[in-house]
Amino acid sequence: MIADLSFWIFSDYAVSTAIKLAVVMLIIPLTSLILVYVFLFKMMAFMQSRLGPMEAGPHGSLQLIAEALKFLQKEDIHPDNADKHVFALAPIIVLMSTFLLYVVLPVGPDLVVEDLDTGIFYAMAVSSLSALGVLMAGWASANKYALLGGLRAAGQLIAYELPLVLAVVGVVIQAETLSLQGIVHAQANWEIFGIGSGMPFIVTQGIGFAIFMVAAQAELTQTPFDMPVAETELVGGFHIEYTGFRFLLFFMAEFGTAFAFASIASVLFLGGWSLPFVDPTANWLNIVGPGVMLAKILFLSMIIFWVRFTYPRLREDQLQKFAWKLLIPAALANIVFTGVFKVAF
Amino acid sequence: MAGISGYVKGLRVTARTAMRTMFPNGLKRPPSPVKGSVTVQYPHEKDEPAPRSRGVISLVEEKCTACMLCSRSCPDWCIYIEGHKVKAPPRRAGGKARSVNKLDRFDIDYSLCMYCGICVEVCPFAALFWSPEYEYCEPHIADLLHDKRRLTEWFETVPDFEPYEDGAEVKVKKVPR
Amino acid sequence: MTATSDQQRHAYVASQAAEARVNVELDTGDMILNIGPQHPATHGTLRIATQLDGELVVKADPIPGYMHRGYEKLTEVRTYRQITTLVNRIDWVGNFANEVPFVLAAERLMEVEAPPRAQWIRTILFEMSRIANISLFLGDMGVQLGALTPVFFAFRDRERVLNQIEAVTGGRFHPNFDRIGGLKDDLPKGWIAETKDCMETMRNFCDEVEDLLLGNPVFQARCRGIGVIPTDVALGYGLSGANLRASGVDWDLRRDVDSPLPYDQIDWKVWTHTDGDSFARFWVRLQETREATLIVDKLLDGLPSGPIMAKVPRIIKVPAGEAYISTENPLGEMGYYIVSKGDVGPFRVKIRTPSFNNIAIVSWVLRGVFVPDVITILGSLYFVLGDIDR
Repeated sequence: MIADLSFWIFSDYAVSTAIKLAVVMLIIPLTSLILVYVFLFKMMAFMQSRLGPMEAGPHGSLQLIAEALKFLQKEDIHPDNADKHVFALAPIIVLMSTFLLYVVLPVGPDLVVEDLDTGIFYAMAVSSLSALGVLMAGWASANKYALLGGLRAAGQLIAYELPLVLAVVGVVIQAETLSLQGIVHAQANWEIFGIGSGMPFIVTQGIGFAIFMVAAQAELTQTPFDMPVAETELVGGFHIEYTGFRFLLFFMAEFGTAFAFASIASVLFLGGWSLPFVDPTANWLNIVGPGVMLAKILFLSMIIFWVRFTYPRLREDQLQKFAWKLLIPAALANIVFTGVFKVAF
Repeated sequence: MAGISGYVKGLRVTARTAMRTMFPNGLKRPPSPVKGSVTVQYPHEKDEPAPRSRGVISLVEEKCTACMLCSRSCPDWCIYIEGHKVKAPPRRAGGKARSVNKLDRFDIDYSLCMYCGICVEVCPFAALFWSPEYEYCEPHIADLLHDKRRLTEWFETVPDFEPYEDGAEVKVKKVPR
Repeated sequence: MTATSDQQRHAYVASQAAEARVNVELDTGDMILNIGPQHPATHGTLRIATQLDGELVVKADPIPGYMHRGYEKLTEVRTYRQITTLVNRIDWVGNFANEVPFVLAAERLMEVEAPPRAQWIRTILFEMSRIANISLFLGDMGVQLGALTPVFFAFRDRERVLNQIEAVTGGRFHPNFDRIGGLKDDLPKGWIAETKDCMETMRNFCDEVEDLLLGNPVFQARCRGIGVIPTDVALGYGLSGANLRASGVDWDLRRDVDSPLPYDQIDWKVWTHTDGDSFARFWVRLQETREATLIVDKLLDGLPSGPIMAKVPRIIKVPAGEAYISTENPLGEMGYYIVSKGDVGPFRVKIRTPSFNNIAIVSWVLRGVFVPDVITILGSLYFVLGDIDR
């Protein structure tokens, strides 16, 4: 019996699963740490002629850890009229959707938690889970601002899920696979008219890339599409009643999802961990790949946050109009062109 | 097309500001945001307020005659003065002994003070001066009641009056030291 | 029917009523949303009780008074010298501009006139406090609409203006620099050159705001056609200042009223816009800030020399009489009606503050807009809470 159990515990499957789990659990706080420090604290401060946090650690680099400790010390308050179970569950669901996103993200030829055949399909499906969590938070808070914020979030996430998926379809047609690892390989081996090797898909999917980034901005509820949060009108929207650790979960999910979306975009359009003119099966890419990927992710996050710190926000109805009248037709046209292109050549 | 340039212009402004903050010495020099930012890292470095800045009211004790003018003209009555008369030796030999007001108590309650400066202005004997000193916060509001010993210490920090701009006919006053 | 009991009769009435209710269109109840007293969009403690249908505002009532400090009553028990320090605190972002109309009114009652140099310096500081006030609005409008950066730019560059005000008056927010018959002090050496440099910074700031907000299509989509106030409505509600000029009324007290301030001795322009929407109000204020920097430059160039104080008695007693003087303050028309009975303090002072009249239109203009537009309109009307509640 004991021998059986030890056999099971030390089996390859169990060990690799434990390692993968630990990596994913570690990566999410780490990614939000990087994004918050580099962009929210420092880049925003520099854009506004300030320094940002300077006291905790050298140049304030440990500030977020200090903030997290502060949040952990706070009392877990929930309103009297709140639906307590739903209220408590909502941030966990939001964070869960972020966790699940990381399962399919490849960072090297062999470095992927689970290379699903329907990887991108799975990622899109899981990312929309957060809409449920946000709606639950908004409804359960028993607060009018939170309710308005939650409804706005639901409407927005549904409206932008569609262009997001449609923008991906172009890439999928070109790569002929739904697996994210497959898409990276397709880009690494891709040639245009025999010229170049390993060109990223952004060369032909420029429109798709633009639509994907805009839709991701809305999906992440970043300015100019941050009406669900809207500090100056809804005073924080769906997370208005959350304090302490539960607020920290929302906060981490926000930046963890931003990182995940930037990495999906880099996989789909910028070639992920692969480099042009490099054999994608080379083993050393397992070491260099994550670095390459991180550079691409940081570049894309920089665009996301740069826009966030510069623009004012749209109104909810203008946003819906923008999604349904402009983004979705453009994405559909992009699919048609990609299809014609694919068949013709 | 005008729309796109509108989007790009905004991004350019923020990027330009970020570069200016990061590279105040030009792009070829190493970045030094501490120099490029407009903020002051307060406890480590301090901002220099203008010499006229109304930071705290300081007192020259010898000049005060406890005439109560400042106390009466204060809009929120935050100056507390007590004094008594003492006999002073006569100015000239053989003259009559004078009676002089001696200051016992001169307290200013800075938790009430509105920093209007009327007391400094009405003082006929030039016993009150503004100092730009600003670091005298206290953990308890009652501790903000400062007595004449503290007010006299602040007189050390009073700067000289600045010269005036061309065309002014006001004479520059002197700080008695 | 006499045999039926009360209970049966009630049941019959109730069933009839229930039937009637089903027959009319299903009414979804309106939601009452309190915007304020503690809300980021109200710049203080203004409460706006809105009745919402979905996100559509059906009815909106401004409820001021959460920060009433009783300044009109306080002035009755203070001397003239003490009142200038009180009125500093009415519109706390355009600080110096509050004292000027009060002192001018008192001077008119006493029949003294400040010397020209004092009037010019007064006007320079007046325009500088206008810049300090409106530049904050320019940044704040961005933050109301979700753009984080402009407000930091505003605080960064406004700081220099406040530093200049502090260098001459000694106070950043509460200058208390006006005296009946002139000014407390003259300018310190080197101030003029520094101020000209500061005005250059402010013009750069205006350019940056133009790039960041005014030219941004998102900003225009949020502001154009939102909260349109037609000319006759604006006049009917007694709007003043930039809000009125944005509705196409060419009316500026600096130019139209004969006052001792030397506005008639330099060239400048009153900016108006015909649209009357939030964008027009923003645009007019942006142009006004630019114009104010130019006015300051011109006033500094032509600054006359001379004394800064007229001959006034040491203890100021204002002769019996009444006077009303209003000036074009950053927020609009601000006036003081002083009734004196010959004492060291006024008998009664009525303060006409622009924000109080400007927010009266809120219930008219907010009807039928969305919740995000409420923020846009409140932001573009631009009020300061101290100016409403005083």
